[in-house]
Amino acid sequence: MNDATLVRKNLFRKKARAILLIISIFIAFLIHGALFAFNAGMSGGFGAVAADRLVTMNRASFTVPMPYAYWGRIQALDGVEAITPLNWVGGYYQEPMNQIQTFAADPESYFIVYPELTVPADQFADALSRRDCAIIGRSVANVQGWEVGQRIPLSSNIWQRDDGTSVWEIDICAIFDAALDNVPTNYALIQYDYFNESLAFGRDSIAWFSLLTGDPDRNDAVAAEIDALFANSPNETRTQTEAAFGESFMAMFGNIALILTLVVGAAFATILMIVGTTMVMAINERIKEVAVMKTLGFPAPRIFRMVLSESILLSLVGGLLGLLAATGLVTLVGAAIADYLPGVHMPLSVALTSLALMLGLGLITGLIPAVTAMRVKIVDALGKS
Amino acid sequence: MTANALYELSNLSKRYTRGREEITIFSDLDMAIPHGDFIAIMGPSGSGKTTLLNLLGGIDAPSSGEVRFEGARIDNLSQAKLSKWRAANAGFIFQFYNLMPTLTAAQNVELPLLLTKLSGKERRKRIATALEIVGIADRAGHRPRQLSGGQQQRVAIARAIVADPKVLLADEPTGDLDRASADETLKTLQLLNSEMGKTIVMVTHDPAAAKYAKRELHLDKGRFVEKEALA
Repeated sequence: MNDATLVRKNLFRKKARAILLIISIFIAFLIHGALFAFNAGMSGGFGAVAADRLVTMNRASFTVPMPYAYWGRIQALDGVEAITPLNWVGGYYQEPMNQIQTFAADPESYFIVYPELTVPADQFADALSRRDCAIIGRSVANVQGWEVGQRIPLSSNIWQRDDGTSVWEIDICAIFDAALDNVPTNYALIQYDYFNESLAFGRDSIAWFSLLTGDPDRNDAVAAEIDALFANSPNETRTQTEAAFGESFMAMFGNIALILTLVVGAAFATILMIVGTTMVMAINERIKEVAVMKTLGFPAPRIFRMVLSESILLSLVGGLLGLLAATGLVTLVGAAIADYLPGVHMPLSVALTSLALMLGLGLITGLIPAVTAMRVKIVDALGKS
Repeated sequence: MTANALYELSNLSKRYTRGREEITIFSDLDMAIPHGDFIAIMGPSGSGKTTLLNLLGGIDAPSSGEVRFEGARIDNLSQAKLSKWRAANAGFIFQFYNLMPTLTAAQNVELPLLLTKLSGKERRKRIATALEIVGIADRAGHRPRQLSGGQQQRVAIARAIVADPKVLLADEPTGDLDRASADETLKTLQLLNSEMGKTIVMVTHDPAAAKYAKRELHLDKGRFVEKEALA
């Protein structure tokens, strides 16, 4: 027997109480681990961006188009190594619910600006040779069960053709893959010219440009140069890094990190009060035992450590089980939605934050009972029957 | 210092303040307890018997005066030093046993040994010996609630002697026991005193229990009245 035995036996002396507390802590850390892992996964696609990649969009919003002609003017600037235009198509297949993220793009320049994507050379050559070719991501192919050579009608819930329809017939000419797991391949590219020429409205417009500077140190200068080029024009631009663009895109859905922090914070505050109160009650219930320990010669600092260890052990047992369950849940769900949202996993940073929170929870909830136990006056405590 | 004295108490006073009222339990008490003594301290309720025992055990401090143990003062030691002193020198036996309910008899007996640097093997040996001495070795794996009052008190005695202290301080050790169990407990204490040389200071209300001691001290109105031991 040692101090750890005493800590463990004291913690589980009332099994029902200990188990209920562990379940409370388990739920808190399950929520924390799962929510923050999913949040990291949602931001992960933007986290994998190239450091020297910029995005130029309309200063008002990326939903406000810019002239297609900006392409050549930006491309002519020093410091712009490669540039590609993108327009949001808002595609779906057969049913509006069956959305296919689709961009009208220039495939040739697109795969220069996004070198982390790979496409077989023969398929790529075929795709460039025909205007009605689409290049789809591996995830889209997996989800829809599409293969190279298939012809499909792709509808848009934004745009209309000049013939009154919203359907573009496209051939799947190539499938692209990503070099990294957290780079999404859950979208399709159709040829800008093929898309643009039949539009009933909004022709020759672009949602944003992606471009490479070749050196992250040149990002600020290039961005300033681009935005200065179109200053005081009807369509002023805003150029920022792709990471910043991703963050502002996510911010459209609200400050997710803040919402998560508030939700998890509320859960932790509740758990803190429950566990703290219970620990104080638990120590008060056995104040006489503490007095006996002190009578036998156990020094006050050792008793302090033992009581504090008890609350830390409680927090670690519940917390680690919660983190383990969160990891399992995130892994399972992450695998199931990998084609829609790749790279969802339990990040080390979330796991380490959870561990720090477990220790913090244990320390905070154990501090008052530990100090109470340490200060027990033997004569007073033994006098209580 | 008195020759062979384990304890020496000089000018010992204990006062409590209750509200504005100061209550004197005893004052200017002098007393010597030699090595190997077995004293029964008797007296009416509120006479200060338990308070005196607490002072001897270093779990309470006198208002004035000195408590010397083997010539060295213990009344002015810090709490940390008193903890070490208690672990090394004193074994405590309580009226209500005060065993840890979550631990087995053997684990309860082992508690004072957690404060030593003995090896696991040596600890197990000492636990077995202590339980053997009090005659409860066959209940080593039982928890307190599985034992009778008398058996629990024997475990408590084993816990008190396992670290081989110089003095056993017993506060009403038979107060919660029936006559037969009380006699068994007292015989065990008597054996520890006569055969193993343990100095024992026992507080009791029970004249029959006091007869097992070598001498009786009656504490009344803050003064000792000594009687010749009958046992």
